[in-house]
Amino acid sequence: MDLDNLYQELIVDHGTQPRNFAELDSHSHDAEGFNPLCGDLVHVYVKLDGDKIADVSFTGKGCAISTASASIMTDLVKGKTLTEVRALFKQFQDLLTKDNQSEVELGKLSALAGVKKYPSRVKCATLAWHTLQDACKE
Amino acid sequence: MDYIKQIRQDFPILKTQVKGHQLAYLDNAATTQKPRVVIDALDKYYATINANVHRGVHFLSENATEAYEQARYKVQKFINAASPQEIVFTRGTTEAVNLVASSFCQQFLNAGDEIIITRAEHHSNIVPWQLACERHGATLKVLPLTDSYELDLTKLDQLFSSKTKMLAVSHVSNALGTINPIKEIISKARANNVPVLIDGAQAGAHVDIDVQALDCDFYTLSSHKMFGPMGIGALYAKKSWLEQMPPYQGGGEMILQVTFDKVTYNQIPHKFEAGTPSVADSIAWGAAIDYLQALDHEKIAQHEAGLLEYAEQQLSKVDGITFYGQAQNKVPIISFLLSDIHPHDIGTIVNDYGVAIRTGHHCNMPLMDYIGISGTARASFAMYNTQEDVDQLCQALAEVKRVFHGSR
Ligand SMILES: Cc1ncc(COP(=O)(O)O)c(C=O)c1O
Repeated sequence: MDLDNLYQELIVDHGTQPRNFAELDSHSHDAEGFNPLCGDLVHVYVKLDGDKIADVSFTGKGCAISTASASIMTDLVKGKTLTEVRALFKQFQDLLTKDNQSEVELGKLSALAGVKKYPSRVKCATLAWHTLQDACKE
Repeated sequence: MDYIKQIRQDFPILKTQVKGHQLAYLDNAATTQKPRVVIDALDKYYATINANVHRGVHFLSENATEAYEQARYKVQKFINAASPQEIVFTRGTTEAVNLVASSFCQQFLNAGDEIIITRAEHHSNIVPWQLACERHGATLKVLPLTDSYELDLTKLDQLFSSKTKMLAVSHVSNALGTINPIKEIISKARANNVPVLIDGAQAGAHVDIDVQALDCDFYTLSSHKMFGPMGIGALYAKKSWLEQMPPYQGGGEMILQVTFDKVTYNQIPHKFEAGTPSVADSIAWGAAIDYLQALDHEKIAQHEAGLLEYAEQQLSKVDGITFYGQAQNKVPIISFLLSDIHPHDIGTIVNDYGVAIRTGHHCNMPLMDYIGISGTARASFAMYNTQEDVDQLCQALAEVKRVFHGSR
């Protein structure tokens, strides 16, 4: 059923025991994201090496969906270029809002596909990604 | 049929099925459902007397005007105001507070003055005052709370000064359900010559309101939180204030005469009702008041108190639950958290079992800050809720625990 689809083991795991959950000492960029609807708060830290994300981490307080999404994101974008990250985010957004999207390149992120059935939770799932983009701006 | 089952029959939406489950609607503090008579009143208005009010001499306009003023009279009686002239129709509590914060403050708030609110207000009883203070160079003072999140009245006296121009406080907290001791607060304010605004948004559905006995200066209501339509509400204000306050908005209806040199304003309350009002909604709100007043208040009060007790009892059996706000005197609203599970996850999961609750800060961020949490899950009950709704919530919470902790 929908629920087990949404709260898969992977999501609950990342949502309650997030990876890369700490401030990055040597970060070059950071940004804070806030979702006023839920009170989700996320702080993303990035160490950029030219155009490449050398390291990334986050802190904050949020629901399982936003925490899991942030956790999986940090695992996934490490080592990728900003262009690759933008493309990945676009594909992830499509997965959450459009029908029949391919999940091929999304890896663990595709565990969040269930969010599509809960429109009010899409913002939770994308908060960390928006914040990552904010951090890398300028 | 028992009395509550009978009442449930009056509310068509309660028959809704959600994902194969009977709807358990426990988000009444956000908005209540509407009885058939209210829905019919809207339909009847548009089908039989729709016309603009106070403007036509024709048959429909006269009927619409009469019904609109009749609705004002019903609101007056509902809160026992001295005169229908003291009832200004607004879009709801938010607009009513803004009206006072804007118009009253324009006339009476000066640089260096002070306004008192409390730590447990809804944003709509905070932000309008912040805006007014900013505009006029005044200061906002905040009554603190006790360890059990109730208003700390021992700290009130020291907040009053010769500069205090207004005290604004809610009758009932929407986040915790606490019924505030407003009678005592008002008499303290009286002793200090400070006018009082009561945000009554949450009171309409649960508490008997008598503005003359309370002796407050302003009182606000939202129709949609007391079984009436959305988009309508009222500001009660003592006549003497309305007469001294400048108009809130300009336009039709609020004037007597307009030339380019001079405008004469209409009498109260029309001075504060610029433009075409929400006539159908006012009339349907009147129907909701009629409906409410025809009910057996004693039975309903008993039922709600019993429901609150039953819910607290059943929920306290749920392992890991923490309650927020357990005042002696409260309406059936229960704010809680479940171990370390985020309230939004609770809300989403119980929805899959047909249970509608609210999660988050409930527009009370300063209160949540004080408690030290970002939000709660809130089950808020109305007279048509039953013990079955409570049981359904408890079963759904067991599912929440299964998802997160793999157990029941
Ligand atoms: C205590 C309290 N005050 C004010 C409001 C605002 O009411 P409305 O949105 O109807 O203007 C609410 C509703 O959420 C409330 O619960």
